[in-house]
Amino acid sequence: MFEALQYGFMQRALIAGLLTAVAASYYGVFVVQRGMSFLGNGLAHATFGGVALALLLNQEPLWVAVPFTVLVAVLITYVRDRTGLAPDTVIGIFFALSMALGIVFISRIQTYTTDAFHYLFGSILGVTDTDIRAAVFILFLILITLRLWGRWAYATIDREAALADRIPVKFDDYLLSVLIALTIVVSAKIVGIVLISAFLVIPAASARLVSRRFLGMTVVSVMIGVVTVIIGLMCSFQFDLPSGASIILVQALIFTVCLLISMVVGARASLKSKSAARSKS
Amino acid sequence: MVNVIEIANVSVRLGDFLALRDISVNIQTGDFVAIIGPNGSGKSTLLRAILGLVPLESGRIKIFDKELRMIPPEWIGYVPQLKTVDRNFPAVTCDLVTSGIHRSWPGILTKKDHESVSEVLAMVGAEHLCHKPLGQLSGGELQRVYLARALVRKPKILLLDEPATGIDAVGEDYMYSILDEHLERADTTVLMVTHDWLTARHHANRVLLINHKLIAEGPPSEALNDKHLRAAFGHVGHAHDQPCDGASDV
Repeated sequence: MFEALQYGFMQRALIAGLLTAVAASYYGVFVVQRGMSFLGNGLAHATFGGVALALLLNQEPLWVAVPFTVLVAVLITYVRDRTGLAPDTVIGIFFALSMALGIVFISRIQTYTTDAFHYLFGSILGVTDTDIRAAVFILFLILITLRLWGRWAYATIDREAALADRIPVKFDDYLLSVLIALTIVVSAKIVGIVLISAFLVIPAASARLVSRRFLGMTVVSVMIGVVTVIIGLMCSFQFDLPSGASIILVQALIFTVCLLISMVVGARASLKSKSAARSKS
Repeated sequence: MVNVIEIANVSVRLGDFLALRDISVNIQTGDFVAIIGPNGSGKSTLLRAILGLVPLESGRIKIFDKELRMIPPEWIGYVPQLKTVDRNFPAVTCDLVTSGIHRSWPGILTKKDHESVSEVLAMVGAEHLCHKPLGQLSGGELQRVYLARALVRKPKILLLDEPATGIDAVGEDYMYSILDEHLERADTTVLMVTHDWLTARHHANRVLLINHKLIAEGPPSEALNDKHLRAAFGHVGHAHDQPCDGASDV
């Protein structure tokens, strides 16, 4: 298993994978608790539009996909904020628009390119030093915004109370959308656009099943993200599988385990309260 | 007497709809004010205007003679309607109450946090709920916890939006007894939105009767007369079921 780490491409994939796993599973707890899972999907497809445009212009995909996806994230948040439209409706519109643009851009490319497939399905072979630098930058952004965790959580559980306490909730909505967009773009090379929303949601959803408090949920989510990336990438190398699919399958397995744990704990608590009620009567 | 809240010619527009029209009223230290009116009459909008959650179309609101933004947020304790809370959020009661101290969600609770939270939970009779997940609290329990969250910061002004919604009569009675007890000890000014004028007669010393505009203002015995109730609600309902006693008309 450790022989995989002798290869430079594998080292790069692991470093980028771990850094993006921390970011995705950290922001994932807000995505899950705010019911914004569809945002991950929408921004993933925006990434596709950005990557396709970069390939058409023969540019480094990351440098075009980042501003493109951030712009879409800001537009989604703006339209959601300024209209009475439901968030999933707004996301659905931008989702389709970005995808349509991506298809148009791809159709205009004269030469065959493997980059598009790397981004679509994830590849450990495609990770470059630029991707690692971008992932380090994402982690740096988490560290400098770490103190905002409390106020984001506060606005997540009770937006009205946070607004009354003069928390800049709308500014935070934009900031969080932009940070999630950046994380999605940088993670896309490893996990693939098709599966990126699961990468954002599954660790957080699994953590939610086994956590009583939000801090615990955040820590467990990040741990699940990190562990599943290590196992997923090793499986990808060992069995010659696409990296994104391997990671998501491992995450799905962890989710199943967490689901079973929560069901067992729930059943035991229910039995305990029933027997307590019986002994009272 | 100090003017705690000064509302002068306030109008609020929500979209095309003028929710509040030219409301003027002064609320003074120690007042327990009930804002009464039918559904959709602008009661909650008035509370939200005081909190700065909706923009004013005209007029001004001053708190302790200053603009709202000049007042520390900790001076105001707010108990929103229960529907604003995400009950699926992974949290225990202590977390929610502590958020009232820091205006932020707590990660790790300090010893000082625990002491403050235990004290205020004991005050509202909910100390046994400290480690209970929010999702497992009943409506009445959650309302008590929300009251604790507002009181933990020792507010100068307490704003309550339909605090009895979703709780049974016993729970409601208990909540008001907690509130009355607290007000006897603390120098807090209370504004409470309710559609229940019988509650107002018992607990408030002043009433604002509104239906988009201010219909009447004053002690419950004066503001809640038949003429005013008919103007606000279109009928007088069961207003005479429980006579107004002198004690509440302080």
